[in-house]
Amino acid sequence: MSLFFRDLKLSVRAGGGAMIGVLFFMTVVSVIPFGVGPDLNLLARIGPAILWIGALLASLLGLDRLFQAEREDGSLDLMLMQETPLILTVFVKCAAHWSASGLPLVVASPFLGLFMNMDELAIGATMLTLLAGTPAITFIGAVGAAVAVALPRGGLLVSILVLPLAIPVLIFGVSAVYAAVEDPAPFLPPLMILMAITLFFAVIGPLAAAAALRHSAD
Amino acid sequence: MSENSLAIRKFSDLANPTRFLALADRVLPWLAALTVLFFAAGLWLSFTTEGDYQQGETVRIMYVHVPSAWLSMMCYTVMAISALGTLVWRHPLADVSAKAAAPIGASFTFLALVTGSLWGKPMWGTWWVWDARLTSVFVLFLMYLGLMALNRAMEDPARSARVSAVLVLVGFVNIPIIKFSVEWWNTLHQPASVMRLGGPTIDPEFLWPLMIMAIAFTLLFFTLHIAAMRNEIWRRRVTSLRRQVARNAGRESLAP
Amino acid sequence: MRLLVEGLSARRGEDLIFNDISFSLAAGEALVVTGPNGSGKSTLLRVLAGLLQAETGKISLKDGPPGFEHPHELSHYLGHRNAMKRELTVEENLSFWRRFLGNSPGGSGIDLAAAAEAVGLAGITHLPFGYLSAGQQRRMAMAKLLVAYRPIWILDEPTAALDAGADRLFAGLVTSHLERGGIVIAATHQSLGIGQSKTLQMTGFSH
Repeated sequence: MSLFFRDLKLSVRAGGGAMIGVLFFMTVVSVIPFGVGPDLNLLARIGPAILWIGALLASLLGLDRLFQAEREDGSLDLMLMQETPLILTVFVKCAAHWSASGLPLVVASPFLGLFMNMDELAIGATMLTLLAGTPAITFIGAVGAAVAVALPRGGLLVSILVLPLAIPVLIFGVSAVYAAVEDPAPFLPPLMILMAITLFFAVIGPLAAAAALRHSAD
Repeated sequence: MSENSLAIRKFSDLANPTRFLALADRVLPWLAALTVLFFAAGLWLSFTTEGDYQQGETVRIMYVHVPSAWLSMMCYTVMAISALGTLVWRHPLADVSAKAAAPIGASFTFLALVTGSLWGKPMWGTWWVWDARLTSVFVLFLMYLGLMALNRAMEDPARSARVSAVLVLVGFVNIPIIKFSVEWWNTLHQPASVMRLGGPTIDPEFLWPLMIMAIAFTLLFFTLHIAAMRNEIWRRRVTSLRRQVARNAGRESLAP
Repeated sequence: MRLLVEGLSARRGEDLIFNDISFSLAAGEALVVTGPNGSGKSTLLRVLAGLLQAETGKISLKDGPPGFEHPHELSHYLGHRNAMKRELTVEENLSFWRRFLGNSPGGSGIDLAAAAEAVGLAGITHLPFGYLSAGQQRRMAMAKLLVAYRPIWILDEPTAALDAGADRLFAGLVTSHLERGGIVIAATHQSLGIGQSKTLQMTGFSH
């Protein structure tokens, strides 16, 4: 618990790490209309997908520092030594990371939805799916961050390692939104699958990350 | 050389801000009072004038929207001048001014965007369009936020000042784009109707409240800016005092 | 309580760093590990702290509190790095570690102010850790040993970056920890000035 608040404090204080994720999200999303042209109908159609991709990229942004910062100042050693299971420590760190960088993305998404000319239903659905899906990205990312913790240029590698694994999240997130907007397709099944993925990775992610951290020590 | 110039720089660093602080203390109450006065007059005028026959009551949004849009550009201009001050004349207050202006500018830009989309919903039927004027203002907003993030990311104010000054100057190209976007590209946003050659094309009935509101907003900007600069100077002094404390601590206790 | 180390050896990559090291430490005893650079002092300490796998050998605890399988769960490890965040204040750092580490059975940590006092830096705990000089940071990292109780201290070059006065202060901390029945294992170039202690001379291998 104390770890949660410490990480939260750090991400708010250390150069506004939390704010930069949201800023990146906004920038990525606002670049799209320049690329595809300002056709409002087209934007409304691809809006949910754009928001999801933007959120995916933005939540990968700070992940590589998740364990690397701890390793650099020696805190990781102390965390590895403790009686508290390492899995729990990793889980708490993920939760803090998500609250500081994932949650702001969810909050910012409705405003960007307006920019994309999406209707209220689509915006609501996107927000809901992001809320359900972004934790999964963080948990998957924790594995990548743990694997790359000892590498000098881990940042890019984390993204490369994590993106393929995060594709299912993207698929079900976007399909849930489209299901909500287009009538015949049911909304609940893809959302349920998305939640299942999140829960699944909430267990697997910390487990794998803890194992990777144990073996990365030198 | 280094010892000497360091001492002199420290001295001028201290002397100039001190005079500024004294000045700010005297000017601020007057500025604040004047701001309140103009706002009272401006708001009263904007709510008592008649609505437009086409736009109805929504025209009143313009009394907030237009001045804050002007201010968003003026604020960036102030920052650009300050950035020049930092880079060219190395004025100690310049980077304080640039740093203090960024959040204020971001707020005005945000206000302009919000009021604009509130107006756009009933008038254009949508909250947002990707038209040249709107987009360039949105880019300005992102630039403000980016500069704020940059200022926060660096611990040493002297170093971050020069780096962000470079960025401010590069970003200044956006200002003419915003200003003339409505004329260069044929857009949904209406062209300028007040600040143009050949006199304003706006009805005096709307011009008066608009002008008074613009003055009020400008005064508000200067009040906030001076207050923010004062806070920034104080913040830096507190920081350096705290570092001093850290340097001194433990010396006495360890002396045998 | 007794810490037993039998036939310990470790490798890094292909190289054997040290081989067949055995010692035993009772409560109140200290072991000073000396040796030239690259002789494997740090590696030995990291193996003892459970951060590296031993190639062969066994580390065990006799008559320790029940429920602890590995001695490293009862240990403080002070490595080369201080494990403190520059952005947080000293107080936030220390109180985080105090709560995160918790106390081992058989003792309790002293409170933050007292710990800062003990390392001679009372009154600056409200400052961000990054404001402190290197020596002050090291001393605050030592305060971390005091805020949460651990019977075993594993210290890697604890007195690097410290001046003579802080050296003495640190020797005092170690001595009082030993008097309370603690165990200290320290790798160092300089003498710690703690009176009675066992020494282990690491020689390293020449291939």
